[in-house]
Amino acid sequence: MTTASAERTFERRVPPMGGFNLTLLRIELTRMLRNRRTIVFTLILPAALMLSFGGQSGWQERAGSGNVAAYILISMALYGAALTSAATGSMVALERAVGWSRQLRLTPLNPVAYILTKALVALCMGALAIVAVNVVGRIQGKAEMPVHVWVLAMVVTLFCTLTFAALGVFIGYVVPGENAMQILGPGLALLSFLGGLFIPLDQYATAVRDVAYWTPMYGVAEVARAPLTHELPWYAVVNAVVWFLLFIGGAAWRMSKDTARV
Amino acid sequence: MSVAAVRLEGVTKTFGEVEAVRGVDLDLRQGEVVAFLGPNGAGKTTTIDMILGLSRPTTGTAEVLGMKPREAVARGLVSAVMQTGGLLKDLTVRETVAYTASLFADTKPVEDVLGDAGISGIADRKVGKCSGGEQQRLRFAMALLPDPALLLLDEPTTGMDVEGRRNFWSAIRADAERGRTVLFATHYLEEADQYADRIVLISRGRIVADGSGAEVRALASGRMVRATVPGLDAATEARLRSLGGVDQLDVRGEQVVVHTKDSDAVARLLLTETPARDLEITSTNLEDAFLSLTGDDR
Repeated sequence: MTTASAERTFERRVPPMGGFNLTLLRIELTRMLRNRRTIVFTLILPAALMLSFGGQSGWQERAGSGNVAAYILISMALYGAALTSAATGSMVALERAVGWSRQLRLTPLNPVAYILTKALVALCMGALAIVAVNVVGRIQGKAEMPVHVWVLAMVVTLFCTLTFAALGVFIGYVVPGENAMQILGPGLALLSFLGGLFIPLDQYATAVRDVAYWTPMYGVAEVARAPLTHELPWYAVVNAVVWFLLFIGGAAWRMSKDTARV
Repeated sequence: MSVAAVRLEGVTKTFGEVEAVRGVDLDLRQGEVVAFLGPNGAGKTTTIDMILGLSRPTTGTAEVLGMKPREAVARGLVSAVMQTGGLLKDLTVRETVAYTASLFADTKPVEDVLGDAGISGIADRKVGKCSGGEQQRLRFAMALLPDPALLLLDEPTTGMDVEGRRNFWSAIRADAERGRTVLFATHYLEEADQYADRIVLISRGRIVADGSGAEVRALASGRMVRATVPGLDAATEARLRSLGGVDQLDVRGEQVVVHTKDSDAVARLLLTETPARDLEITSTNLEDAFLSLTGDDR
């Protein structure tokens, strides 16, 4: 009995990369893709919005190095990706509530590896939303911009969605249970209006616009469209960075508050 | 000598003003099956959390197989089965096991574990659609994946029928013979008495008894004598109290209940010198020992 246990102890290895692996990523992604609500938010809603907004009169007017339809396409892709990654983020709190995080703490999975996995899943889902909107836009055939702008805008949009993954984690902790999405859905729609994703900001009254500059979607929207518009006010960059840090900080704060009983 | 499966030395844990654990020393040998008993709020869960590395002792040290608890967990040497929760409803049974298996450096094959746990037939079912018993089997399958040297169980047989309980314990005993240490929390005292090599009783953050079932019972030694004594008077009561070994005496009307280390003396006095009838002598069971040692008899 002693030898058997001793062998057990000494031959045991610690998994590399804090337990991160591709099986984990695959199962997490399968899980997201099986969720009908996620699919509606990720693929169908943004693409449908893209079709309806993208066909507005004046779509063929020039905007930066492309046209207005391209401008709308990038905005819709950002909206879809933000919604999706926020939904992914909000699942962290849900998993904690059902005791899954505690279960994972009894495995070699490092908490940092867990969060990175979730971030990666959020990025993958965000990418899916972006691709869906772009494919629909391509088929619609109205959006026009140089290929490198097209690609660059997609990549920048993808990284902007991390802000909303962090927001999702944060809201998930503040609003317990499965209600997080009921706040995040309308909340993100409102932020998207204020951020100028649905209607350009210059069509708003000055008072509304002054508020809008301070809201979280404004900064990332400007950043995501910068490859197309070649315009990027400094305060938009500040907005994007500050909100990113605020949401990351908020998520980290709520998570650390919650460790008393993992 | 082989290294201790669990070693707690002077462990305390305070949460703000509350002292949940106030100085626990505990050594578990490899291959021991140990029952961990105590009333709610005694510090059981807090102690288990420290053995699992889910929380750190405020003072003192906790070691598992000679390492820090987190190091043992990272090597798959420690597993735990919780009574509720800890599962994702939207994963299938097989996905849950595969997910968990992917996190360990060394594991048994997923299909083998599903088979051993008797859940191969429901491997493609969503966890949310499984019955409580099936979910509990799944939790066991997950815990056994890394072939742990130490297994912690929280109320492991709740909801099992007699047959299931017996099978469960024979499997646990067989694993213990191959060197696995098992520490289980339970409310079923007879189960602790019957299946554990050792019982550790915790109360108000301290270990109040530690030994075999017989040893723990002996700590609260003695028997209970109960009788109906018509016309019981103060003089008789005083004589009973003055007998050697009487711990406690309760009188309710004509009913007298005596806790004593010398039940023969009490019975002799009652039967020969009083009109006592319906006399009963019962030995203290583990439950009485539990109540008297934890002081939770009210």
